[in-house]
Amino acid sequence: MIKIGVPSKGRLMEQTFEWFSARGLKMQKSGSEREYSGHVAAEGVELVLLSAGEIPRELAAGRIDLGVTGSDLVRDKLADWQVQVSEVAALGFGHADLIIAVPAAWIDVDTLDDLDAAAAAFRVRHGHRLRIATKYHRLVRDFLTAYGVADYQLVDSQGATEATVKNLTAEAIADITSSGETLRANHLKVLSDSLILQSQAMLFRSALSTSAEVDALLRRLSGG
Amino acid sequence: MTQKPAIRAEGARLFAAFQAAGAVPVEADILLPAETLLDLYGEDIRARAYVTTDPLQGEMMLRPDFTVPVVQAHMAHGADPARYCYLGEVFRKQEHLGNRPSEYLQVGFEVFDRAAPAEADAEVFALFAGLLDGVRARPVMGDIGILMAAVQGLDTTARRKAALLRHIWRPGRFRQLLDRFSGRAAVPEARAALLERLATGTPEALISAAGPMIGMRAVEDIAERAAALIEDAGTKPIAAPEAALLYDLLGLQAPAEAALAHLRGITFMLPSIAPAVDNFAARLEALRARGVDVARLPFQAGLGRTTMEYYDGFTFSFDVEGLPAVASGGRYDALTAVLGQGRSIPAVGGVIRPEVLVQVRA
Repeated sequence: MIKIGVPSKGRLMEQTFEWFSARGLKMQKSGSEREYSGHVAAEGVELVLLSAGEIPRELAAGRIDLGVTGSDLVRDKLADWQVQVSEVAALGFGHADLIIAVPAAWIDVDTLDDLDAAAAAFRVRHGHRLRIATKYHRLVRDFLTAYGVADYQLVDSQGATEATVKNLTAEAIADITSSGETLRANHLKVLSDSLILQSQAMLFRSALSTSAEVDALLRRLSGG
Repeated sequence: MTQKPAIRAEGARLFAAFQAAGAVPVEADILLPAETLLDLYGEDIRARAYVTTDPLQGEMMLRPDFTVPVVQAHMAHGADPARYCYLGEVFRKQEHLGNRPSEYLQVGFEVFDRAAPAEADAEVFALFAGLLDGVRARPVMGDIGILMAAVQGLDTTARRKAALLRHIWRPGRFRQLLDRFSGRAAVPEARAALLERLATGTPEALISAAGPMIGMRAVEDIAERAAALIEDAGTKPIAAPEAALLYDLLGLQAPAEAALAHLRGITFMLPSIAPAVDNFAARLEALRARGVDVARLPFQAGLGRTTMEYYDGFTFSFDVEGLPAVASGGRYDALTAVLGQGRSIPAVGGVIRPEVLVQVRA
């Protein structure tokens, strides 16, 4: 049995269904609107509906053969992700940029260099490191380490990250944005050199999934 | 891990040797309050250490090294001078698949002594070299103190020196700043635009035009940095010969005696390094007296810049191809001041990794 993990709700799920259906693998939800169960019209293929954030882990563990999720989530949640999963196809939707944003009123901060200097002064004056709210801990930390930003700390934020600055639980944020509207509405601006990752929805294959059946299914999806 | 008994026996042998060298054995908790370590090392340590949550004590960390708890214990109730040794597990997350262990033994030796730093440096290095005699490992030493002294002596603003010193442990960023401060790199476009904008009004007016104040970073913080940026824009570049000397120092690699001769040769152009170079000379003399062949011992001025940011003087390691260093250490005077709440004591020490030693011998 080939297991395919698909995000369990929202636009991402619908677009994933459309993508597979357009390639001859019809997918749909089954049961009631609220029930997390789905159906795929193919022998020997099972649809597994999961939170997009859990799909990387399930792929790494080999409990699903294929999975659709954001490239941001795979890179953030899996160490050495290229060894654990492979990218099969970019699905052409779910585009978002992972960036760092600070209050628009910070007229002295436009770049990472500025952020680093501001963090140094902030720590001296306020007695703690400059806090950056995010749920992408690995990606953000690796990015800031590679540039050499110091005197910051990451604070976890699993939702409404744009509000953390106003709520005084962080001084800056690192989050995904597509249009930037939510950032602007919350009086934040993007640092000009802080594009950490351009993410989109991708079909991944687990490195532990090596069967010929999966090879055949992937050939079918690619029209081969 | 079939080798564990052999590794533990190796650790015990080294631990006994450290005691025979006059060190008092000390214990440290495995579960340490995370706050002190996070405050010292920042996010880097969170990526490398196991952090867990205790329902009563808050964030705790599995011991990532012994230095901090040993220094804390010494600052709280230590004799002066003191020599300590320890043996136990440390825990480090591995971010890459492979066979690097995330739990391994460290056996260490630390000297807290005000009297003669050069003697203490040589004592630690010679002890380690003796214990590792015959082991296929390449000894190398360095001195972060010389780099720091060179930065402190630059003919530039206190702000620029502070920025360079703050990044002395981040070679890439340090170089980027030095390139900018010495005029080798052009002012980035974003900075030029920022300066133009700052010139169009008072910080307060620009801030209120830019957006509402949100968050803890206040108008004064922003105005202060804006003023600093304007001051910096008017600062003359670090002179080319001075910058060249610093670049030369960053890349200096030579046998220790030859490195000393080179440093002596450039001291007249960088007089601020004279005391640090004298320390280096005294250390070499003390090492020679202990039978270390300093004519051949490799020296790299920047050794230890990329590890945990606390070494501020002598550094050393015993490197093994394809494995982590079998031993490493250095001087961390400033760390004792940070942890000593107003008090400080010169300190130097190092650790050996018995598991690497067993692998090298196999």
